[in-house]
Amino acid sequence: MPRFIDVQAPEHGVRLLTLQRPEALNALCTELLAELASALAEAEADPTTRAVVITGSRKAFAAGADIREMAERDLVGILNDPRVAHWQRIAAFCKPLIAAVNGYALGGGCELVMCADIVIAGEDARFGQPEINLGIMPGAGGTQRLLRAVGKPLAMQMVLTGEAITARHALQAGLISEITQPELAVERALQVARSIAAKAPLAVRLAKEALLKAGDSDLASGLRFERHAFTVLAGTADRDEGIRAFQEKRPAQFKGC
Amino acid sequence: MTFEHIVFSIEDGVAFLALNRPEQLNSFNTQMHLEVREALKQVRQSSEARVLLLTGEGRGFCAGQDLSDRNVAPGAAMPDLGESIDKFYNPLVRTLRDLPLPVICAVNGVAAGAGANIPLACDLVLAARSASFIQAFCKIGLVPDSGGTWLLPRLVGMARAKALAMLGERLCAEQAERWGLIHRVVDDAELRDEALALARHLASQPTYGLALIKRSLNASFDNGFDQQLELERDLQRLAGRSEDYREGVSAFMNKRTPAFKGR
Repeated sequence: MPRFIDVQAPEHGVRLLTLQRPEALNALCTELLAELASALAEAEADPTTRAVVITGSRKAFAAGADIREMAERDLVGILNDPRVAHWQRIAAFCKPLIAAVNGYALGGGCELVMCADIVIAGEDARFGQPEINLGIMPGAGGTQRLLRAVGKPLAMQMVLTGEAITARHALQAGLISEITQPELAVERALQVARSIAAKAPLAVRLAKEALLKAGDSDLASGLRFERHAFTVLAGTADRDEGIRAFQEKRPAQFKGC
Repeated sequence: MTFEHIVFSIEDGVAFLALNRPEQLNSFNTQMHLEVREALKQVRQSSEARVLLLTGEGRGFCAGQDLSDRNVAPGAAMPDLGESIDKFYNPLVRTLRDLPLPVICAVNGVAAGAGANIPLACDLVLAARSASFIQAFCKIGLVPDSGGTWLLPRLVGMARAKALAMLGERLCAEQAERWGLIHRVVDDAELRDEALALARHLASQPTYGLALIKRSLNASFDNGFDQQLELERDLQRLAGRSEDYREGVSAFMNKRTPAFKGR
């Protein structure tokens, strides 16, 4: 039983993971990260789960790492930090991950947001990498994914000043995909997840992989990967069903093969 | 925190906040700012408060910034007024506009400078017949702040907004009402009773729904028609889940008086 994560399956094909560490604004302690990584591993192993929504509370998505925990680690401790492996497992999750963000997404919380594929944020959400204020720097993708998401000048500003940006600013910059009324962020994320859950799972999986490739490879290899993935889908029953349903003007029934 | 420059209470759903430096026409010094901030924080966190009534003690409502609280002596370093706006005035008007409950402002006398614009950030403004609004900023080389440059053109139109802001002339309460700057003028002797009666009425209403109305109307200035329609849909979705909506419909169906709880 996870201590810091509540796992629900509110609708068919969709899992909702809620970070629950209210006393610390959902600060990502190592135990929470480990629980998150294994919750995602379970969602990955479950064939009926086709999309996952991750959220925090109304006040905070996740307000950073656990500073007390970090203070206890010296150089060697950081070198052997188990968190690195948890982050890798989270980032490698192969099904669509949708973040519903309200309140603070700071430091590790902002880095977690950037591990998600789609981000829905309530209009009072705040995103930032305040690590610099503690004499440290982002250590879980904050300097890499942020630059790819928002471009160099804003990424530099956020990382070097530690100042957070508003949801509206984050939307303009391309860090998030949509803004909602705060009370409706989770609902909207579930809607998006439901829509994805109704698609052909193999197509969704390969499309996600191709999109992620685009962020970290040169154009030629990205295009080559895209073409291979496109070709693989030609051998699936779901592709035949999708095209036939379109021609017969009916909703497609995908089976995941 | 004990309050020295404001009078503050929460009773029967009504949060009452009166600026209380009557000798200085309730102008803001740092201490009064801190007290108002603390009181508004308590209103926000209170599960009991369903409406806020803001007014002033004595003959003035609020004369804006207490200039004696600022050092502009010759030879002194140039002040950064942006800092005090960032720290005090902007959070104040933002809080009034964002508070998820109706905010009534009873303007009991002169409202000058920031004091003329703070009421405009409230939802329903009543003013005593003898009250007046003065955008005094232009007289000392400053710009209307506390939201004035944004709210005035929207409330009275650009031509009047520019005249008010550039001439800094006194606008009497009756003219302010005619121009649509405020909701209503009331006789001086009646002002506080009328404002309290209005507050008590609102405190008995479905205040969660009223907060959503406030949210939607405040957002309408920045939204296009389509965006606003979507906002109405979203807020109606929230309103439709409230206990008060269920109570309102059931009272209507059963021809009885609804008992609203503000949730």
